[in-house]
Amino acid sequence: MSDDNKDTAGGQEPREEDAREGGARRERIVGTPSPAKEKALLAEDDISAPAGVGEQLDEASMKRAERVVATLFLVAFASSVTFIAYFIGWSGRDGGMHGVLRARESNFWLGGTMALSFLALAAGVTIWVRRLMTSKPIVQERHELVSDEESRAAFARDFMEGAEDSGITKRPLLRRTLLLAAAPLGLAPLVLLRDLGPLPEKRLRHTYWGEAVRRAQQEGKKGVRLVVDGTHRPLRVSDFATPGSMITVLPEGVEEHVPEDEVLTQNAKAVTILINVPADQFKPAKGRENWHVNGIVAYSKVCTHVGCPAALYEQTTHHILCPCHQSTFDATDAAKVIFGPAARPLPQLPLSVEDGYIIATSDYHEPVGPSFWERG
Amino acid sequence: MSDTTAPKAIEGTLGFIDERLGSTTFFRRNVKKVFPDHWSFMLGEIALYSFVILLLTGTFLTLWFQPSMKEVVYDGSYTKLQGVKMSEAYASTLHISFDVRGGLLMRQIHHWAAILFMASILAHMLRVFFTGAYRKPRELNWLIGINMFMIGMLEGLFGYSLPDDLLSGTGLRITQGVLESIPLVGTYGYMFLFGGEFPGQDIIPRLYVLHILLIPGLILGLVTAHMMIMWHQKHTAMPVKNQSEKQVYGYPFYPVFMAKTGAYFLFTFGVTALLGAFAQINPIWLFGPYDPGAISSGSQPDWYMGVLEGALRIMPGWEISAWGHTVSFNVLIPATLPLGIVFGGAMAWPFIEAWITGDKRQHHVNTRPRNAPVRTATGIAAVTFYGLLWLAGANDVLAERFHVSLFATTWFFRVTVILGPIVAFIITKRICLGLQRRDADVIGHGVESGVIMMSPEGGFSERHEAPREEEKIVLLSKENARPEAPARDARGVPAPGAKGPIGHLRSRLSRAWTFDDIPVEEHGHGEHEAIESGSDSQVKH
Repeated sequence: MSDDNKDTAGGQEPREEDAREGGARRERIVGTPSPAKEKALLAEDDISAPAGVGEQLDEASMKRAERVVATLFLVAFASSVTFIAYFIGWSGRDGGMHGVLRARESNFWLGGTMALSFLALAAGVTIWVRRLMTSKPIVQERHELVSDEESRAAFARDFMEGAEDSGITKRPLLRRTLLLAAAPLGLAPLVLLRDLGPLPEKRLRHTYWGEAVRRAQQEGKKGVRLVVDGTHRPLRVSDFATPGSMITVLPEGVEEHVPEDEVLTQNAKAVTILINVPADQFKPAKGRENWHVNGIVAYSKVCTHVGCPAALYEQTTHHILCPCHQSTFDATDAAKVIFGPAARPLPQLPLSVEDGYIIATSDYHEPVGPSFWERG
Repeated sequence: MSDTTAPKAIEGTLGFIDERLGSTTFFRRNVKKVFPDHWSFMLGEIALYSFVILLLTGTFLTLWFQPSMKEVVYDGSYTKLQGVKMSEAYASTLHISFDVRGGLLMRQIHHWAAILFMASILAHMLRVFFTGAYRKPRELNWLIGINMFMIGMLEGLFGYSLPDDLLSGTGLRITQGVLESIPLVGTYGYMFLFGGEFPGQDIIPRLYVLHILLIPGLILGLVTAHMMIMWHQKHTAMPVKNQSEKQVYGYPFYPVFMAKTGAYFLFTFGVTALLGAFAQINPIWLFGPYDPGAISSGSQPDWYMGVLEGALRIMPGWEISAWGHTVSFNVLIPATLPLGIVFGGAMAWPFIEAWITGDKRQHHVNTRPRNAPVRTATGIAAVTFYGLLWLAGANDVLAERFHVSLFATTWFFRVTVILGPIVAFIITKRICLGLQRRDADVIGHGVESGVIMMSPEGGFSERHEAPREEEKIVLLSKENARPEAPARDARGVPAPGAKGPIGHLRSRLSRAWTFDDIPVEEHGHGEHEAIESGSDSQVKH
């Protein structure tokens, strides 16, 4: 390990290896210095040794090392004391933590003193090991891991004898009924997990748009209004007249009609982007000629790849880009995939106008979001 | 040194335990256990100590964290989010960061330690692979290690999903999309994990119990097994002087290794504390609470998930729909294939290698990477494959930084992820063989001394000197390829291992393993006959 502390080790100290070879360091007799010394051709001494091993350590250098180690330990002590003192006496001043500045300050102080304390202690122990410990390297035998023949044979005998004595080999009826009894018991925990969640059924096939449209139509309207994500303001055609703009919308009434703890879940599926594509570039898809309002189109914001919000819209090219995995869709052409890992276009929401407001006239005609086995 | 009995307090305690457990025999046997030394052996220690740090800081965090998706209105000391609706999980994470003293520090140390944990496991794994330390008898520890890394990925993913901020919610959304793509059972897995549709109310409490109880318990068990097996089998050693298959050389556990490894724990904790204090990580208050309709660009997961992210990004959009069913290869393949190749391959490797080489011996002395060119080249190919996928996980950042088109960047990775490993394999193998050739040269002709000699005829030549003893041992640690046993003996009877198509494959692979091996051997006059170069290597003279 810690060979990273070479600097503290003091390369000048003679090492065990050298000592045992009677100081047989390679000395050049002839003039030019050998390049071999610089190149790693000569084996590096792999044993990062306590420097003192087997040596009569120089008393003065040991004293010096001892003082360095003790100083580091004192630094660690002082630093832990500062940690505690800061925590008790200073971090809670003026009524304790409040906000970013104090959090940052206390983080620097507590973390800084803690780190210093650990690092000083670690450095001290390392220098201690490498400059003051006198242990010598030793050799141990490696033993064969495999058991000897005799034990293996004895165990095999005992094992068979046990099986014999228990009768499990002689009584197949017991053996088989035991297995039979164990099998359903093993399955029981799996059955227990059934109530982790509902079955998928048709859940993934529709979104809250369908429910919202139905509710609106019961009230005698053509469809449900689109509200802006965040402000919940219904959107008029005139509010969204600038070609090239893009906004995130949701069906009106999610907050009112859905239980509070389901709002996020419904929005996660219903979230939709509204884009105003300039009329000259817009290519309405076949069968969807009346799904747009003067070039205003709505696509599901849930990427068909793995479900991230396809939220980036490039005004000049009319590309919709999902920032997670860069699936790219063409807003002018039914959100077809231009590039990236997505396989299907973003589903389109049929739009219309009612009383000057943009409305959706039905749910998405296909499941939104990532593909799944039953999707078809 | 003069005292041979321990002080009373220690003697008394040890005696108390010994009379009840007979523990002194164990202590006696292990107190001077030898630990061979090499800088690379510390990598696993970093992983171990990061795990300890994770347990300590994680326990601290659980004291305040609320694993709940109940919606609350934030009213804490981070003014920018006051009055904002968010989940209790997110609010309590803000509370830990801004209202608990030392809370931010512990959160940041926890996150940094997680990153370090995974990084050091990977580094440790590469060390073990390239030195052949996974060979018999250590295959079990190799398998345990790989499993720990994979479980660690899951643990990390669940951990950074808990705060329920915008970034972590996006990670969960991707997890859900991937889960949904599994044929037949995908939608059921999705409904059962989330307790309904995404995000629902259950996912955070469920991930919480997995993250703080089940998975750490599993890792702790595996770590314990890993350590006990290592202790029992004794650590491998590098092929240097005094190390052999029969003996291990190094400093005793007590006091040297114990003090050094203790210091190493302190270093690890010190460095993570330093990072936690001065290097901001996962500032969830900047991301805001999770909102399924929102996203920030440049969303990147923690580094160890990057390889999956990259695979998802560069996969073309392949999907088939037939007979009312859909299979999304564009999600399934990247989610399973790359990691399946890398980790499945790594798990099978020790057994494949032993099968190819027919080597059933125990190995305690490591191999230098150059001396197993096929293994080293395969390893580098895997590193290249993994590394390119990992980089592809940041293709948007790379495209932006280097002003290249995003599509070009993606195409670059689509091509190189296939070609890169092949090229890496070829280059690495050539480098290994080149290094073998140099070793053979050093042993055969000696080291260049830099001394130019002039012969009586006036010709100049450089004097070569024999390498130092220590170096010779390292160089001669190479086990030269043995002449292959002929597939058929003189009477035309096929060798037992070479029968049938599988036997043919085996002998072909075996040939590929060694055919270009360069023998490193002494031609000299046997000055150093006693050199250990593997128990039954055949040094030709």
